[in-house]
Amino acid sequence: MSKVRLLVGTKKGAFVLTSDGTRKKWDVSGPFFGGWEMYHIKGSPADPNRLYASQTSSWFGQVIQRSDDGGKTWNTPDGAPVPTPGSDGMPQGVSNKFVYDATAESGKPLTTHQHYDGTQRPWEFKRVWHLEPSVTDPDTVYAGVEDAALFRSTDGGRTWQELAGLRSAKGHLWQPGAGGMCLHTIMLDRKNPKRIFIAISAAGVFRSDDAGKTWRPTNKGLKSQFELPDPDAEVGHCVHRIAMHPSRPTVLFMQKHWDVMRSDDAGESWHEISGNLPTDFGFPIDVHAHEPETIYVIPIKSDSEHYVPDGKLRVYRSRTGGNEWEALTKGLPQQDCYVNVLRDAMAVDSLDPCGLYFGTTGGQVYGSAVAGDSWNPIVRDLPAVYSVEVQVLP
Amino acid sequence: MIRVVLPAHLRTLARVNGEVQLEVKDPVTQRTILDALEAQYPMLRGTIRDHDTFKRRAFVRFFACEQDLSHESPDELLPDAVATGAEPFLIVGAMAGG
Repeated sequence: MSKVRLLVGTKKGAFVLTSDGTRKKWDVSGPFFGGWEMYHIKGSPADPNRLYASQTSSWFGQVIQRSDDGGKTWNTPDGAPVPTPGSDGMPQGVSNKFVYDATAESGKPLTTHQHYDGTQRPWEFKRVWHLEPSVTDPDTVYAGVEDAALFRSTDGGRTWQELAGLRSAKGHLWQPGAGGMCLHTIMLDRKNPKRIFIAISAAGVFRSDDAGKTWRPTNKGLKSQFELPDPDAEVGHCVHRIAMHPSRPTVLFMQKHWDVMRSDDAGESWHEISGNLPTDFGFPIDVHAHEPETIYVIPIKSDSEHYVPDGKLRVYRSRTGGNEWEALTKGLPQQDCYVNVLRDAMAVDSLDPCGLYFGTTGGQVYGSAVAGDSWNPIVRDLPAVYSVEVQVLP
Repeated sequence: MIRVVLPAHLRTLARVNGEVQLEVKDPVTQRTILDALEAQYPMLRGTIRDHDTFKRRAFVRFFACEQDLSHESPDELLPDAVATGAEPFLIVGAMAGG
């Protein structure tokens, strides 16, 4: 029988939750990296035991962790001791070194972006928000960082290189959202290895068709009438999350700051599918593993009240690719609940029926082994959950 | 031997308990201590000072002999008590909640 492994990042450490294919009983291990903020942990599709984790701290900065045994043990990818440094330089531990590429050969000048007050600020690395391993090579992994940029490692996380062409896609007009100017979503097209989608708050969605060398904004149809002076601007939109079904990579779904959106042409144009949602503000959005027209969101009351409406934790499902939504409530608290679910904190497994999982800022991780029809708490009292990823293991 | 006390988060990262002991050749300064520390524990690179500029991270402080040495030059000689190992060199996370 298959096994299921959840990788949970929280404000104070990481946790690994495991179950068999029934997904009824779960073992909880952790905390790993106790006390550190764990923004994201994700496994390689090419080698499920290869995991990458973003560990960060306001005091001590960024650390990249890697596990080669499914999360039992972890190491910084370049953390082996070296002899006392000589005249030839310093030790080589650079797996947490993210330097914007400003070289004449491959990079772009260290440009500026808009700051909260409208002034221009140079890019400054703060942390890794999202790690996206290659679908074919366990040693290749992408990192979405704050200040927004995309980095790639091809040596298992030992060293990182910026894909600097992204910053030239009108980067001077990008600006931080309330959580910072972060590149939080990376989607690799399994049918076209040269195509990559990324999303940035608050800049929008960008697409590369040459494996990350050049990029262009793909935000036509987005409207941000309360956030931007030009509601139809080419960049500047606060996109919270995008999702696709791997079998249909030209159809994209988006949870924007406000509005749930859909594109049927790989981001060339977008149209709204919020329909009958109680509110179209939220963070995560995901797609059913076997039904490409079935999508899930978790609406939040508003941009100023980051908790679920009416004290009820409800996942909304559309089986029609948007517009018509049903509330999924069985097993979820329906009174006095005021949690949020962050953008990377929902995941879908590939079993049949597919499993759904999400974690809350109140520290609960809920799971459904029946595509959302009913839910059970897997664990209730973790620190605030930042991210949830799932792996199905043989 | 030079004695170094790391904050809890960095002890976890470096997988050490208690004080770290380092061999540091003269002169004993913040820079030479951190060079030796990072050579022995490369996972600490970038967590105390910048990779390239070697500037101390904003929320990190250096204490020794009941003095705050954070704003001293990294090439300033440290007190003899640190150089002889009588007193530890403390790397401290600035006080803040969270």
